[in-house]
Amino acid sequence: MSAGAKRVEQLDRVVIRFAGDSGDGMQLTGDRFTSETAQLGNDISTLPNFPAEIRAPAGTLPGVSSFQVHFADYDILTPGDSPNVLVAMNPAALKANLSDLPAGADIIVNTDEFTKRNLAKVGYPASPLDDGSLSEYAVHPVALTSMTVGALAELGVAKKDAERAKNMFALGLLSWMYSRPFESTLRFLESKFAKRPDLVAANKAAFQAGWNFGETTEDFAVRYEVKPARMKPGTYRNITGNQALALGLVAACVRSKLPLFLGAYPITPASDILHELSKHKKFGITTMQAEDEIAAIGAALGASYGGSLGVTTTSGPGVALKGETISLAIALELPLVIVDVQRAGPSTGMPTKTEQADLNMALYGRHGEAPLAVIAPKSPSDCFHAAIEAARIALKYRTPVILLSDNYVANGSEPWLLPSTDELPDISVEFTREANGDDGRFLPYLRDPETMARPWAIPGTPGLEHRIGGLEKADKTGDISYDPANHEHMVRTRAARVEAIEVPDVEVEDADENARVLVLGWGSTYGPIGAACRALRQRGLPIAQAHLRHMAPLPANLGEVLAAYDKVVIPEMNLGQLAHVIRAKYLVDAVPFNQVSGLPFTAATLESMLEDVVKNG
Amino acid sequence: MASPTVELKLTAKDFKSDQEVRWCPGCGDYSILAAMQRFMPELGIPRENIVFVSGIGCSSRFPYYMNTYGMHSIHGRAPAIATGLSVSRPDLSVWVVTGDGDALSIGGNHLIHALRRNVNLKILLFNNRIYGLTKGQYSPTSELGKITKSTPAGSADSPFNPISLALGAEATFVGRTIDSDAKHLQSVMRAAAEHQGSAFVEIYQNCNIFNDGAFELIKDAGTRDDHLIRLEQGQPVTFGAEGRFAVTHPAGGFGLKVEEGGEAIVHDATVEDPAYAFALSRLSGSDLGTTPIGVFRNVRRPSYDELITKQQVDAKAQADGTAEQMLDNLLNKADTWTIM
Repeated sequence: MSAGAKRVEQLDRVVIRFAGDSGDGMQLTGDRFTSETAQLGNDISTLPNFPAEIRAPAGTLPGVSSFQVHFADYDILTPGDSPNVLVAMNPAALKANLSDLPAGADIIVNTDEFTKRNLAKVGYPASPLDDGSLSEYAVHPVALTSMTVGALAELGVAKKDAERAKNMFALGLLSWMYSRPFESTLRFLESKFAKRPDLVAANKAAFQAGWNFGETTEDFAVRYEVKPARMKPGTYRNITGNQALALGLVAACVRSKLPLFLGAYPITPASDILHELSKHKKFGITTMQAEDEIAAIGAALGASYGGSLGVTTTSGPGVALKGETISLAIALELPLVIVDVQRAGPSTGMPTKTEQADLNMALYGRHGEAPLAVIAPKSPSDCFHAAIEAARIALKYRTPVILLSDNYVANGSEPWLLPSTDELPDISVEFTREANGDDGRFLPYLRDPETMARPWAIPGTPGLEHRIGGLEKADKTGDISYDPANHEHMVRTRAARVEAIEVPDVEVEDADENARVLVLGWGSTYGPIGAACRALRQRGLPIAQAHLRHMAPLPANLGEVLAAYDKVVIPEMNLGQLAHVIRAKYLVDAVPFNQVSGLPFTAATLESMLEDVVKNG
Repeated sequence: MASPTVELKLTAKDFKSDQEVRWCPGCGDYSILAAMQRFMPELGIPRENIVFVSGIGCSSRFPYYMNTYGMHSIHGRAPAIATGLSVSRPDLSVWVVTGDGDALSIGGNHLIHALRRNVNLKILLFNNRIYGLTKGQYSPTSELGKITKSTPAGSADSPFNPISLALGAEATFVGRTIDSDAKHLQSVMRAAAEHQGSAFVEIYQNCNIFNDGAFELIKDAGTRDDHLIRLEQGQPVTFGAEGRFAVTHPAGGFGLKVEEGGEAIVHDATVEDPAYAFALSRLSGSDLGTTPIGVFRNVRRPSYDELITKQQVDAKAQADGTAEQMLDNLLNKADTWTIM
């Protein structure tokens, strides 16, 4: 595979969307292209978008699965608003994605799938390739399937296997177009099909055929390059939020020096965390696939009681089921990490689409006065650090912590500057081994004066036998108490101890320090909000950005930050849940901006909204 | 897996906590508590390695009164919580105390899954056939037609047979005993405690406030002999005056039968096929007419705790360096690139 003699153009950024049927392997294709791109040192951000159905009927609009990758020679924050290139493996993929393309975009279509039948399935009366309706785009018709089958003719693989390799043909072509290094893909194929040497050969041949096609056909006159981004020195890998979260939990296990127990029930989009952690038993991690969401958190809490770092991972419907046990953990004052990878609700909603609508549930969704700590990662790689932070708070303050990820960060990916493990915080805590009362009695609810945490005395500790439970407890002794003054005291203490958790101040990005409008976000909207703010500043419009990671307790300086601006705008992927909190707590006339489409904000949407606020107040 | 057993000079008194017991006077729970406190020293397990976990209901107050570690949790969830504790701490002896509403209604799912996994838990189900703490509604073991506060026209629900249910869930140890028979209760506890894996024990318990006399037929000295079947390992299953009734296995039939003067089967709780124990469990219905007590089934299969511990041990044998080094390797185990 030589470089060929075609003209090479330099680009600073490209957005490619691979789209096809659920069975076409678009997620894998996108993932491989991303990995090749990472090797080159571009900055990257990715957005998979797929249906909840495993195999929706072939060739239909609901069955379309896509993977978008944005790469650039500079630091980027989002997977890109609109693709410069669409790879459409069938008419449904073209139809479902066309409206996102700007004029002039390249469209590579698999003409073999543009049959009368497939066109009819998605309501095309005539082929859009022939009727002039795509005239404002640069369409590249490629007979992907038949060329793949032709390229593999001599290998003797079954026709079905040959056809299935067409995604590697597409990957080869795109890899050629954008001058991607392909060694990692070849290695990947060898390991993925280790047990089927015939498929290794077939997929490699398909990849090579796609590459060679790019090099020889006249349809692709130009080849592009995107230079490496100027990124902080260090070793990087590309990582999704779910992977990073799982690795963060492994790191929390190591840095707490405790066994980690994960109780989980399969649920989209959180299951990958269970899958990943189940591989890492040698760290002292036990994973249990429980009979239901309630058992999953129950087992985790039981393990915490026994001296493990108890964790449960789920999505919104699961958190609803776990509510009673979370309240028990609050009453017991034991460490527990509850991961909610949010998806669009209510009810089953849209399991593979994103939303931030579980904030109210995380903050308030329990019976009684039941406060706990809530934190939200801002990007895929930040999930790693957020998991450690959640574990730190849970262990130090003996409290359940809800970690609010969402589908956008969970399945999206970005380059991650690998931390050195000895720089990670030491989050170890001491178990109580001695009686703490004056008369040699053990007082399970006598608090540490600094952290307000109660002693963690685990079964097996002689002399500290004690009973805990969900009934209201007397201060200090932990005995059952129905005393009115004691209940008042305990309710206020539980609230005060969560408020007293030390969290870092929120930082404000205000490059020119003359902004009058502050945009406040939380969690996964960091990327699009940041990109919109950059765009405004480049156009000379001042704007300040603050982004919350700690949702409870809120940073101590937040009130001061909010008061420093004329206007506060809060974009969220819900109907204004943070905005309600901010308005109620700080009496700030914050302006909510909400989107609940199941898709992340585009930077352009936010840019135009914020432009209006900056200009018109 | 077993908890450390050492020479300990513990007595029943050592297992009494300093908490005032708050059951209604005359409640069957008192005799169960006393029997447990007397039995516990026999285990030879230090108090600190014993944990009682309960759900919600009258019986679930039990842990407060035992001077061991204990957790009074939430309704129905004790088996799930105890599973996490037991599997992460195989050095502990973990006991679950539950009731008919707690275990069979709101917590039914956790009970059957703990049993099929064979988690190393001793599960004591205090069955009084009524909701006591909520003041007298019918429970999943109340008889059909039961008139209660919530069923003035009689309950339309058919009850569970807890022994049949546990056997259906593949429980490896299943027993039944009665609150008022301390000696029998302790003998079943002893067998349960010796069992590796889930041990399920149903304890008939009288609620003298809302369902008084529910088990009188098999408690009253005048009637019990003709209705109560004491299962003893290796002994013919007979009952009644001078053993006049026999539990028989009619030729060609699937189940067991009670016959006067027939050829009694010889009890063997270690029969692998649960069909035998299940057939025994079907002898008793709501009317308690012929009610076996004792150990129905006692077979060995690997416990969940053993299997999980083995996976842990095997995985840790693969450890190649300190935890920090392994973490470092894990983070770098991907296609990485370096920027100078």
